[in-house]
Amino acid sequence: MTGHLAGRFGQALVACFGVLTIVFFVMRLSGDPTLLLVPEGASAEQIAALRHELGFDRPMLVQYVAYLGDLARFDLGESLVQRAPVAGIVAERIPYTVALALGALLVALGIGIPSGIAMAVWRGTVVERALAAIVLAGQSLPTFWSGILMILFFGVYLGWLPTSGADSLASLVMPAVALGALTMSTFARMTRISVLDELSRDYVAAARARGLSRMAAVGRHVLRNAAIPVVTIAALEVGNLLAGAVIVETVFAWPGIGQLAIQSIAARDFLVVQAVVLFVSIVYIAMNLLADLAYAAIDPRIRLER
Amino acid sequence: MTPAALTVAALSLDLGPTRLVDGIGFSVAPGEVMALVGESGCGKSVTAQAIMRLLPDAIRQTGGQVRLGEEDLTALPERAMQAIRGRRLSMIFQEPQAALDPLDTIGAQIAEALRQPLSRVRAEVRRMLEDVGISDPERRIDQHPFELSGGMCQRVMIATALIARPAVLIADEPTTALDVTIQAQILDLLRRLAIERRTAVVLITHDMGVVADIADRVCVMYAGRIAEAGPVAEIFAAPMHPYTALLLASIPRLSDVPKSPLAVIAGQVPAPGEYGPGCRFANRCPRAEPRCATTTPPLLAAGQGREIACFAPLADRRAP
Ligand SMILES: Nc1ncnc2c1ncn2[C@@H]1O[C@H](COP(=O)(O)OP(=O)(O)OP(=O)(O)O)[C@@H](O)[C@H]1O
Ligand code: SF4
Ligand SMILES: [Mg+2]
Repeated sequence: MTGHLAGRFGQALVACFGVLTIVFFVMRLSGDPTLLLVPEGASAEQIAALRHELGFDRPMLVQYVAYLGDLARFDLGESLVQRAPVAGIVAERIPYTVALALGALLVALGIGIPSGIAMAVWRGTVVERALAAIVLAGQSLPTFWSGILMILFFGVYLGWLPTSGADSLASLVMPAVALGALTMSTFARMTRISVLDELSRDYVAAARARGLSRMAAVGRHVLRNAAIPVVTIAALEVGNLLAGAVIVETVFAWPGIGQLAIQSIAARDFLVVQAVVLFVSIVYIAMNLLADLAYAAIDPRIRLER
Repeated sequence: MTPAALTVAALSLDLGPTRLVDGIGFSVAPGEVMALVGESGCGKSVTAQAIMRLLPDAIRQTGGQVRLGEEDLTALPERAMQAIRGRRLSMIFQEPQAALDPLDTIGAQIAEALRQPLSRVRAEVRRMLEDVGISDPERRIDQHPFELSGGMCQRVMIATALIARPAVLIADEPTTALDVTIQAQILDLLRRLAIERRTAVVLITHDMGVVADIADRVCVMYAGRIAEAGPVAEIFAAPMHPYTALLLASIPRLSDVPKSPLAVIAGQVPAPGEYGPGCRFANRCPRAEPRCATTTPPLLAAGQGREIACFAPLADRRAP
């Protein structure tokens, strides 16, 4: 079990390193930020001088090695655009994105999983059809579209919720729903399939044969078994949530790392973009390790493996 | 005669417009093992599910009665049925490992039959595990199904089914998935427990060898109907129905390569929905007469507790 976890951790580190490398080179293929930093009408010599000062005239491989050297010392560098340490810039934004992602996850798990269970247990009834309609809406409305619709309806027309910004818990509601909708649908569909799959197994018939009601069999045996595939997608879905945050944070002017990423890409603020990517990768790795631990907690076959 | 523990009367089961089981009936006395035999698809498992009142949604009971002792189960509300399942009427399955929740300990699952948490009935569960021949029950009780062999899992299933001392146990091919040596042990165990506890056992199988080993009576089904029923000794000595005779002839002897009955009896069982108006065995029967194809032979008493549904039985011993 521990060996397995260590192996997974090693794999994840390699993947993280790969992603960082790709981002490093792709960002630089489109040029460097020198032109955006010099005052208007600067001469070619001035530009060249600044480029030299910033180190962008060095061969790319040299820049890459220097960057890795800094990383190894946990130094994320300084933003060329904001003239401030990257670590601080990113750290300031992280709580917002974490709050948004947790809110979205709450929506996704809180609605998606019970809906999925209900759709499976009451298969073929009006309950299933009603929930299926909600799930379909969640998965087919694009995030930017549902976001704008919600702003218009709850923010502008009803005036119940703030239209943008991050001033109170109320401002979190719409972004979290917009971001969580797609994930909610994914959870609902996966949970439904997983529960249906388990319901058809012999151990359910056997549990009923020893006197459990259908609901008792679901509660005592089916849900735990059905959780295993759902845990797998939960880890993946957190990655999708962070990707979706880029759009939601832009639509709702939410000051998280998604918004920061868009601003930094536009400004060619390489080090900030790289730091954001690094953060997202680490979250992703952590979620996958968490999923592995969750499997072990659920499934004795994994727990008892040497 | 002791009153029957289980009586099935004129049971009919339909899948949409298709009749899967057509008015079958039998009864089992306390401590008796009754084998329900027949080829794959003849309706043995759906009959078991109907007795348990756990039919799949698509299949409906459209006629007949199931009585547990004197009590008619057919009309009972689901809640009352739940109180009966596992306590007075139990069932075990073909794939013991699949019939146990892989994530739950075996002790917790056995305790469910008693409607108690394991901690309350631990001693009782341990004793039951001993009774079904599981060594070191104190350790096994907290183990999970994957830590046990298939044979042990079936012993656990038997423990679960019998711990509440039910009057009736239905065993749907309980040894088909097990090794031959384990099969014999499990059958012996069932036999012994049935006698000790006065449990009526309906043993579903398509193996006439198994019937010969442990059953008192046998009920031969063919295509959703009963072809012949009676005491095992009588029927094995002198089968009357041509289908029974062919089934018996197909029992592999020690010297033979095992064959399935299908390999021996030429032709195909008609599918439900393709049944004609006459005897359903007519297309394969060596003794078929013209009327066999047009008229259904009724199931009639034939003396010595035997019943037979055939116009031209092998030895006509029907009571006049
Ligand atoms: N859940 C179901 N839905 C639809 N049809 C079913 C279902 N279960 C069984 N049947 C049909 O009912 C008929 C009888 O099936 P059953 O499982 O009782 O056969 P069996 O005698 O137990 O056969 P086997 O020896 O293969 O277990 C078959 O034609 C089968 O296709
Ligand atoms: S009724 Fe006719 S077809 Fe059917 S088993 Fe008897 S002889 Fe054969
Ligand atoms: Mg069957």
